[in-house]
Amino acid sequence: MQPHISVRNLSKVYSGGFTALNQVSLDIHQGEIFALLGPNGAGKTTLISIICGIINATSGSVSVAGFDNVNNYRQARSQIGLVPQELSTDAFESVWNTVTFSRGLFGKPPAPDKIESILRQLSLWDKRNNRIMTLSGGMKRRLMIAKALSHEPRILFLDEPTAGVDVELRKDMWEMVRGLREQGVTIILTTHYIEEAEEMADRIGVIRKGEIILVEDKAALMTQLGRKELRLQLLKPLDALPDALRSGSLSLANNGAELIYTFDTQKSPSGVADLLRTLGELGIGFGDLQTRESSLEDIFVGLVKHPKTTD
Amino acid sequence: MNLYGVRAIYLFEMARMKRTLMQSVASPVISTALYFIVFGSAIGNHMGDIHGVSYGAFIIPGLVMLSLLTQSISNASFGIYMPKFTGTIYEVLSAPVSYVEIVMGYVGAATTKSLILGAIILLTARLFVDYQIVHPIWMVVFLVLTSLTFSLFGFIIGIWADGFEKLQLVPLMIITPLVFLGGTFYSIQMLPPFWQTVSLFNPVVYLINGFRWAFFGVSDVHMGVSLAMILIFLTACLGIIGWIFKTGYRLRS
Ligand SMILES: Nc1ncnc2c1ncn2[C@@H]1O[C@H](COP(=O)(O)OP(=O)(O)O)[C@@H](O)[C@H]1O
Ligand SMILES: [Mg+2]
Repeated sequence: MQPHISVRNLSKVYSGGFTALNQVSLDIHQGEIFALLGPNGAGKTTLISIICGIINATSGSVSVAGFDNVNNYRQARSQIGLVPQELSTDAFESVWNTVTFSRGLFGKPPAPDKIESILRQLSLWDKRNNRIMTLSGGMKRRLMIAKALSHEPRILFLDEPTAGVDVELRKDMWEMVRGLREQGVTIILTTHYIEEAEEMADRIGVIRKGEIILVEDKAALMTQLGRKELRLQLLKPLDALPDALRSGSLSLANNGAELIYTFDTQKSPSGVADLLRTLGELGIGFGDLQTRESSLEDIFVGLVKHPKTTD
Repeated sequence: MNLYGVRAIYLFEMARMKRTLMQSVASPVISTALYFIVFGSAIGNHMGDIHGVSYGAFIIPGLVMLSLLTQSISNASFGIYMPKFTGTIYEVLSAPVSYVEIVMGYVGAATTKSLILGAIILLTARLFVDYQIVHPIWMVVFLVLTSLTFSLFGFIIGIWADGFEKLQLVPLMIITPLVFLGGTFYSIQMLPPFWQTVSLFNPVVYLINGFRWAFFGVSDVHMGVSLAMILIFLTACLGIIGWIFKTGYRLRS
């Protein structure tokens, strides 16, 4: 199937000479939630802005549903709704007017019932006649989403959607995003919060210093790189690891009261059983144990420290 | 053609103007009224007719031009500068609208407003002086062309400006002096020969005289020359706007 968005060798050099994107290539599939993960200044907003037509690329190309975003900008752009990172709004406009404006701008005939349902869904209906300047930050964020959805886009970009957003709104937002995906809308969100990518995304791309250093299914990423950790609380603290337990994957913590075993579920499926048997043979007892799966955060930190070492 | 898009921008701009109605209509009307009281009545009573037109009536075309030029420029420049300033321009840039459509929306609204303003000033003037318009159709043609041209010019200024000072610089430092020196209050034939020649380099002289010809059938320069000058300026503005959008100058950098 043709990718919904295809980015090819995209570079952006800002007028000051700063290279914000360097030969980025990326495919986004129809109907997926794609998380673009990267630290501040990595180039996430720049990439989105070029795809949406807000800034010009220095070189490279973007196609949206097969339409080049420069030569066929009308077809390309009419598919896309964008919720930008910054809350830029017309302070003096009313909620209703600004959403109506967005729909018209994207070439859609007026549809008051459509706008009503979007405003209701985002709990903005009661505020429809209010000026934007009277809204709270969270309401403004929802209003930006309403504007982006007003023309029924097939692709939705959310640039750091949860920055400065409370837990409640975040939950609602994710619910809405999942609902949109069920309708077949492709969703691209950027974040520098790993938990967000982990919670929401089907696929994750990691961007760093203007380069995409990894694109992977979230599930595959977790198992491929995911490490587990087993912690055993020993009945009697050990001064040192017995010879039979000397290996790279075992260590002592907490003054010898805790034994930590890090393992890869893929590479050594019987590791835990082996360890427990050895402990039994050595007569080392333990009172409790926990396992912990390494999060995307660990993976991410590992990647940013050692880029391109994935195999 | 994304006509819904044009309409959205146009209506948005008209709504903005409605909100600033007092500032955008009342202030030019008041200042025009003051000019009529001071120059038309007080001083004008001691002035002879110029080209057979009473002084009070003689200054009407120039006063209309003064408001038209400054208001067209400030409306259109503000209209495009504000979204740049607040960041809301992102939406227009990401929308499936061509640059022709963007210009139609923004400049169309600014032009409309200038025309409304011009009509109001003419009505205001009627309260002070009795005047007849000899070539009403040409009067409207000049009114529309001038509003359009200077709204385009304002649009360019709004894109070029990267601060509020620059936004006010051009109307204040360039347009106002040019209008005052362009024969609003006098016929350039009243100047010494040297300054008459200098005046011919002032484009506003042609605007005012073309407009005055439409009113009274008399002027310092031929109306054909006036018309040609406006059209040249109009074409130049269109060319610059075309270039701005082609290169993304200060918009899609
Ligand atoms: N208009 C601009 N001019 C010059 N540099 C810019 C501009 N916009 C962004 N940058 C720089 O490009 C880099 C990437 O920015 P951005 O895409 O906003 O990153 P992110 O969204 O990942 O935080 C940053 O170092 C930023 O300073
Ligand atoms: Mg960003």
